[in-house]
Amino acid sequence: MRRQTILTLRAFSIELVVYAALMVGYFFLVLHFLGQWLWNLEMQHRFVYAGVAIVLILGQAVLLEGLTTFLLRLIRGRSE
Amino acid sequence: MFFPISGAHISPIYLSIVGFVIGVLGGFFGVGGSFIAGPALRAVGLHWNFAVGTDLAHIVGKSVVAAKRHRALGNVDLRLGLIMALGTIGGAEVGAQLIQALKRTGHVDSVVSIVSIVIYVSISTFMIWESRKTLRSAGARKKTGKQDHSEFGHVTQWIQRLKIWPMVSLPVSGVKSISVWVIVFVAFIGGIFSGFLGGGAVYNRMPSMVYVLGIPTHLAVGTDLFEIIISASYGTISHAVKGNVDILIALVMNTGAAVGAQIGAISTQYFAGPKIRLAFVPLPLIGAAIVIYTLLTGHKL
Repeated sequence: MRRQTILTLRAFSIELVVYAALMVGYFFLVLHFLGQWLWNLEMQHRFVYAGVAIVLILGQAVLLEGLTTFLLRLIRGRSE
Repeated sequence: MFFPISGAHISPIYLSIVGFVIGVLGGFFGVGGSFIAGPALRAVGLHWNFAVGTDLAHIVGKSVVAAKRHRALGNVDLRLGLIMALGTIGGAEVGAQLIQALKRTGHVDSVVSIVSIVIYVSISTFMIWESRKTLRSAGARKKTGKQDHSEFGHVTQWIQRLKIWPMVSLPVSGVKSISVWVIVFVAFIGGIFSGFLGGGAVYNRMPSMVYVLGIPTHLAVGTDLFEIIISASYGTISHAVKGNVDILIALVMNTGAAVGAQIGAISTQYFAGPKIRLAFVPLPLIGAAIVIYTLLTGHKL
């Protein structure tokens, strides 16, 4: 039980570091390019913006969930 | 970082940390975290209408991650979740319309602040009273482990005996028979709070599911998350059309929530129902404290 907890904590720590690096790239690349386009969309086509917004947030959530699960499995698999 | 849609300057690190904290809380309690997210966004200068709409969008993403995790643990009653989604959507639209009406009068920030303080404090007070009472009586009966019990059991039984057609059975939740209208009503009230104060309004619906519908706490947490995906998606679209959603802020918050949600969901396996409810108590109070600070000083954090 205790060993399991240590492994989980280690996995999460490594995951957080990998994640932080990915996020820095994400902030500067994706948000920088999406920002202006989404702003224009919100100003001119509200209904399209609403649809795009929901697709973006759902898509990102599914992608991130897949990524965190993959990282967790990879890190746990190696440490066990 | 400048967010052009809402015209706000907010640090992405701040948003990620807020998202992470909310993710942990969401995974553990099944809450959307609006009592933290709304005040946290308001505290950095976002107007309430944007805080409410953006928080709803962020909650859609966060709930997908946490609900998937809870489904794997067997904590989701799909039938109950789908019925509740109907009521929540109706209520969320009523709440969103109230926000629009307040926007037109120019009182949205002050009114939503006061209502949120009253709601957050009331919920914390009620839950601390009920959880402590339950834990004390459970201790007297020498109950151990993850057994779930509520001091509101007699109220729940009375509600489950109401024969208002159509009736439905919820075998996953251990409910033999309950009126669909009772489920829809509970969800509708939660939906109004969701549309008006943002988030999934789980601070309202999770206790209602446990005390009114008689759903075990672990299942209430998972099912509520599943239901939130549907209802918050509707709320996001509704608020986005009304110009209340900055999706860029929601996307940044969601990055932190993805990690936090997994930690929270795994943690529920180690705690009993009343203890989860008792641990929930300080959270709405933190939200209330942030709102009071912003309201009294007019300062950003």
